[in-house]
Amino acid sequence: MDFLLVQVLNSISYGLLLFMLASGLTLVFSLMGVLNFAHASFYMLGAYFAYQISRWIGFWPALVLAPLGVGALGMAVERFALRRAHRYGHVAELLFTFGLAYLIEEATHLVWGRSAVPYRVPPDLDGPLFSIMGTQYPMYRGFMMLVAVAMLVSIWLVLKKTRIGLVIQAALTHPQTVEALGHNVPRVFMLVFGGGVALAGLAGVIGGNAFITEPGMAAALGPIVFVIVVVGGMGSLGGAFIASLLIGFIQTFAVSLDWGLFGYNISQVAPVLPYLVMVLMLIVRPKGLMGTREG
Amino acid sequence: MSAALELVDVHKSFGSTRIINGVSLSVAPGERHAIIGPNGAGKSTLYNLVSGRFPLTSGAIRLNGEDVTNLRPYQINRKGLARSFQVTNLFNNLSVYENLRCAVLWGAGYRYSFWHRLSRLASVNARVDEVLAKIGLARRARTAAGTLSYAEQRALEIGVTIAGGASVILLDEPTAGMSRTETAHAVELVRQVTVDKTLLMVEHDMGVVFDLADRISVLVYGEIIASGTPQEIRANAAVQAAYLGTLGKGKAHA
Amino acid sequence: MKLSLRMGSSLVWAVTAVLLVVAPWIFPGSFALTLLTQMGTLAIFALSYNMLLGQGGMLSFGHAVYSGLGAYVTVHALNLLGRGAFVTPLPLLPLLGGVAGLAFGVLFGYVTTKRAGTTFAMISLGIGEMVYACVLMFPGFFGGEAGISTNRTVGQPLLGLNFGPALQVYYLVAAWSFLCMLAMYALTGTPLGRMANAVRDNPERAEFIGYDTRKVRFLQLVLSAFFAGVSGALSCINFEIVGAENVSALRSGGVLLATFIGGIPFFFGPVLGAVIFILFVAALSGVTKAWLLYLGLFFCAMVLYAPGGVASLLLAQIGVIRAGKFGRLVVPYAAGAVACATALCGLIGIVESVYRLSDSTQGTAMRLAGLQLDAAQSAVWVGSSMLLVAGFVALRFAARFIGRRWTEVKAA
Repeated sequence: MDFLLVQVLNSISYGLLLFMLASGLTLVFSLMGVLNFAHASFYMLGAYFAYQISRWIGFWPALVLAPLGVGALGMAVERFALRRAHRYGHVAELLFTFGLAYLIEEATHLVWGRSAVPYRVPPDLDGPLFSIMGTQYPMYRGFMMLVAVAMLVSIWLVLKKTRIGLVIQAALTHPQTVEALGHNVPRVFMLVFGGGVALAGLAGVIGGNAFITEPGMAAALGPIVFVIVVVGGMGSLGGAFIASLLIGFIQTFAVSLDWGLFGYNISQVAPVLPYLVMVLMLIVRPKGLMGTREG
Repeated sequence: MSAALELVDVHKSFGSTRIINGVSLSVAPGERHAIIGPNGAGKSTLYNLVSGRFPLTSGAIRLNGEDVTNLRPYQINRKGLARSFQVTNLFNNLSVYENLRCAVLWGAGYRYSFWHRLSRLASVNARVDEVLAKIGLARRARTAAGTLSYAEQRALEIGVTIAGGASVILLDEPTAGMSRTETAHAVELVRQVTVDKTLLMVEHDMGVVFDLADRISVLVYGEIIASGTPQEIRANAAVQAAYLGTLGKGKAHA
Repeated sequence: MKLSLRMGSSLVWAVTAVLLVVAPWIFPGSFALTLLTQMGTLAIFALSYNMLLGQGGMLSFGHAVYSGLGAYVTVHALNLLGRGAFVTPLPLLPLLGGVAGLAFGVLFGYVTTKRAGTTFAMISLGIGEMVYACVLMFPGFFGGEAGISTNRTVGQPLLGLNFGPALQVYYLVAAWSFLCMLAMYALTGTPLGRMANAVRDNPERAEFIGYDTRKVRFLQLVLSAFFAGVSGALSCINFEIVGAENVSALRSGGVLLATFIGGIPFFFGPVLGAVIFILFVAALSGVTKAWLLYLGLFFCAMVLYAPGGVASLLLAQIGVIRAGKFGRLVVPYAAGAVACATALCGLIGIVESVYRLSDSTQGTAMRLAGLQLDAAQSAVWVGSSMLLVAGFVALRFAARFIGRRWTEVKAA
C-alpha cells in the first residue's frame, strides 16, 4: 500500500516535470507554428547551467539564474536564427531546431565532457518529507512538485489575467489576425520562445539533480515529450497535461513493477511503452486526446 | 429528371454561430446557376459544405440523385463534382502542364499507378493540351504555377477544375480581382468550358451573373431569400432591398 | 522536379555510369575505396529519403528504421546462406533487404501516415525510438548492442566472384546504386510520383481533384522504404555486421543531414549530399573530436542561408558560367572565402581549446595548422576570438559584396 502511494506520488512529480516540458513546447508550437526539436536540449542546458552555478554560488541562485540564462539563449536563437529560417517555412524552422539540438549536445560535450556530472540535490532539500507506514518520501520530490505547480499556476495567471497573455491566447489560434491588429508579433514570438525554453530550463534545474545530468538526457527525454504532444493532441495544453500524467504513470510503474507479460518482464519492455501508447492513440484517435491544430 | 445538384435543408453552425440556416436548392442538369449575396452571407461556406471541405451540421446534399453528405472531398470529386477556389489554390512548384495533368489523372483511370510513364499517356496528355488551349496558357505550359500572373493563375484555377471532366462544376468568384478585359475573357472561357455541364457559380460581378446565369439564387444571412430567372430576381423587391439597390446592372461593391 | 529534362537525358546517365565504373582508378587506394563504397550505399539511402522529403513533402526523423531492419533481415539471410539453408547469389540479397524494408514500410507506414506535416515528423521519431528500444529488448533476433556479424564470402561464388575483396563489393554497390537511381528517377515520372509532388505542394487541392492524400503518402513511403531496405542490405554486406546503430536516431539524423546538405529540390541532390557527408565525416572524425559540432554548424548555416543545398549553389553558378559572366564573381567569392576561412580559424581555435581544457586527460597541447599551441595560454584564446570576430565582420561585408555583384550580373 505504501509502495503504491510512493509510486503514485513519483508518477505525479515525474508527470508534472514532463508537463513543464510539454507545455513549453505546445505554447511555442501553437503560437509560432515552430516545433522546437531542441526543446529537450534546453532542458539539458538548464540542468548543466544549474550544476555550474551551484558550484560557483549555490543551488538557490541557480534556481533563478539558470532558467533566465536558458531563456536569454532562447531569445537570442529566435532573434538571430529562427526568424531567418521562418521565411523558408515551417520545415526549415524544424530543421534548424534539429541542427540546434546537435549543436547544443556537442557544445555540452565540449564544455562538460561526455560523462554525467555530479549535479546533486542540495543538502537542505535532501531528506525525508514525510513517512508513510515506514517508507520515507523524499523532500526533494515534494519540492519538484511544488516548483512545477507554482510555475504552471503562474503561466496560467499570465495567460488569463495579463494583456500579453490575452495577445498570446489570441495568437494561439489566429496569429495572422493578431498581427493585423497591430501587435508586435515578432517581439511576442521572441518572448514566448524564450519563455518556453526557460520553462524547459527550469524543469532541467529541478529534474537534473533528481534524475541524472548527462549529455544523453536530451536525446532520452525529447522523444517522450513529442509522444506526449502527439497523444495529447497538437496545440492542446489540456491534452498535454493529461498525456504527461499518463506517461508519467506508465513509465514510473512499468520500471518498478515485476509483472510478467508474454514471457517478458514489464520492466524490460518499459522503454517501449510510451511509444506503444502513441501508436495505439494514432490507430484509435489520430487527432489525439484533445487535438485542435494540425501540425 | 432528377436534379444534378440538390441541397436539402442544409444547416451549418460553427459552435453556436449559425452560418447556413436551412438552405434548400436544386440545380437542374445543364443549368448555369449563380449564387449572389452580400459579403458574410455564407456563400463560400456553402461551397465548402457541398464540396466536402466542411461537414454539415444537418441536412443533405445530393449529387445526381446520390447522397454525398459528409463524404470526403476526394470521394465527392470522384462522383463527378469539381470546384475552384476563391483564393487561388494550385500546386505552386509544378508547371502549368503538370497542374493540369494531375487534375486529369484520376478521371483517366491511372489512380495510384507507379508503373505507367506520364510522358507515354497519350490520352492524358492530349486532354491536357486541349485544356491548355481552352484556357489560353499553352505558351506558359512549362512555367511554374507559383510564378504566373494573377489572371493567369485564375485561368489555371479554372483549368484545373474542369480538366478532370466533372459534370458538376462549382466556381467560386472566378472573376475576382480582374480587369474588364480579363473578366470578359474569363466569362467567355466559363461559357465554353461549361457547355454540357452543370454550373454553380458564386459571383459578385452582376454583369457576369446576368450574362451567364440561367437561374440566380440570392443568399442573405445564411438563407435563400429568392430564387429564379435573372429577370425575376432583378424585379424582386426583397432582393433589391437586401443587395442590388435600385439598379440591377453594373458591379456591386465587393 | 526542376531540370528533370536535362537530368533525364541519356548523356547524364551514361556519364554517371562511366564515373561509377572508373572511380576506383581516379581515386586509388583502399581508404578511398571504402569511402566510395559508403558513398554508394548512402546515396541510395539518401535518394530514398528524398522520395519522402523532397518529392512527398514528408519530413521523417526515423527513416533508418527501414534500412536498419532491411539490414537485419539480410544479415540473417546471409548467415542462413552460409549454413546452406538455401542458395542465392549474393548480388540478389539487396532485393531481399528491399522487400523487408517494404514490408516494414507497410506495417509502420499505416500508422505514421495517418497524420501529415509536423505531426508525421514526430510520429516517425517515436517509431524510430520504439524500434531502437525493441532491438535492444530482443537480443535473440537482434543480437543486442553488439549486433550480429556475418561473412559475405559464404555461399556459391558468382562467375568466380566471392565478393571478399573490397573492389568486388564496391562494384556490387555501384551496380545497385545505378539501378536504384534509375528506378527512383523513373518513379518521379509516374502518376504516383507526380501526385506525391502535388500532395507536397497542396494536399487540400489534391483531395479536390480526386486523390486520397493519405493513400498517396502511404504508397510513397512504402516505395521509399523498399529502397532504404536495399541500402541497408548493402551496408550489411559491406561491413559484415549489423547492430542497433543501424536503426538509431543518429543514423536517421545522418541521412537527413546528408540529403539536406546535398539539396532537397533536386533529384541528384541527395547523391551529392552523400558524397559530401561521407567526406566530411571521414576527413574530420579522425582529426578532431568536435567533428559533429562542425557538421551541425555547417548544417545550421545551410538551413539558414542555402536551404536548397549545395546543389542549388552549384546550379546557380552554371547559369552564370554559361553567360560567360563568371569572371565578375571571382573576386567577391574569393573575399567571401577569405572571410570564411578567418572566422573558421578562430572558431576552430576556440573549440579545440575548450576541448583540451575540459578533457583533463589529454593535456593542453594541441597542433593546429602546423602550429604547436597550448590551450592554457590566453594568447590562444585572444587570438582565436579576434580571428572569429574579424572573420564574422568581414563575412558580412563580403556577403553584401557578393550580393551586389550578383544583382549586377543578373541584370546585365
